[in-house]
Amino acid sequence: MENFTPYSAFLGGSLIGLAAALLMYFNGRIAGISGMIAGVFDVKNHENHWRLFFLGGLILAAMIFNLFAPHSPVTYSRSTFLLIISGILVGYGTRLGSGCTSGHAVCGMARLSKRSIVATLIFMSVAILTVFITRHLLGISS
Amino acid sequence: MTKNFAALFCGILFGLGLTISQMSNPDKVLSFLDISGNWDPSLAFVMAGALMTLGALQHFIFKREKPIYDSQFHLPNKNNGIDKRLILGAIIFGFGWGISGFCPGAVLAAFGDGRIEPFLFTLSLGAGMMLFRLLQKEK
Repeated sequence: MENFTPYSAFLGGSLIGLAAALLMYFNGRIAGISGMIAGVFDVKNHENHWRLFFLGGLILAAMIFNLFAPHSPVTYSRSTFLLIISGILVGYGTRLGSGCTSGHAVCGMARLSKRSIVATLIFMSVAILTVFITRHLLGISS
Repeated sequence: MTKNFAALFCGILFGLGLTISQMSNPDKVLSFLDISGNWDPSLAFVMAGALMTLGALQHFIFKREKPIYDSQFHLPNKNNGIDKRLILGAIIFGFGWGISGFCPGAVLAAFGDGRIEPFLFTLSLGAGMMLFRLLQKEK
C-alpha cells in the first residue's frame, strides 16, 4: 500500500468527470476516447474536427503537466511484444464493444446505461483475471 | 469553431485529470487490477471522483433541451439491448487492458512522458481498429 494515492486519484477523477460533463453541456457529445480515436481516422466524416481538438488538448495538457509539475515517474513493466499485442486487442475490442474505460465506465455508468454497466463489469473482471494469470500463475513480471 | 474550442478546453481538463490521477501510468493501473497481489486501490478513487462529478452535473445538463453549441444531445439509446458484440468486445478489451495497463485515453496522456512505449501502443491500437473495420466490411 506504499503507493496509495487516494487524494490525487480523486482530484484527477473529478477533473475527468468535469471534462465529460462540459463536453456534454457544450457539444452534446460523450467523452469516449476510443470512439474519438476511431472517428479521427474516418476521413469521409467532416463533423470530425472537434475530436481532433479534444484529443490534441488531452495530449497537450499531459505534456505541459509533465514538464512543469512534480510527479512520480511513469513505469512500464511489459515487453514490446506484449505491448503491441495489447494495443491490437484494445483497439479491436473497444470498437466491437462500442467503448472503453471513458465511454462505458465513466460516461455510460454515470447515465446508468445497462449496456455500459455490463461492459464495465466484464472488462474489469477480465482485466483483473488477466493480471492474476500473467503475474501470479505465469509469473510474467515483464 | 466554438465547438472545436469547447472540445479543446474539455480535452485539456480530461488530460490533466488522467495525468494527476496517474491513470496514465500503466504499472499503477496493473497494481490496481492486481487484487491478490500488492493491491493499490487508488484508481477506484478516480472512478468515484469521475462518477460523482459527472453524475451530479449531468442532472442539470439533461434538464436542458439541447447543448449550447449543437442542436441535440448525441446519446446512444440507453435501453439498447445487451448483445454478443458488446460482451465479446468487452472481453477482448479487458484482456488487452490487463496485459499492458494501457487504455485508449490513458495512453494519449502518457505521450507527455517522452518515451517510445505509448506511441508503439497507440500504433497497435490503430491497427486493431482498422482490423475491426476491415472485418466488418467483409460481412
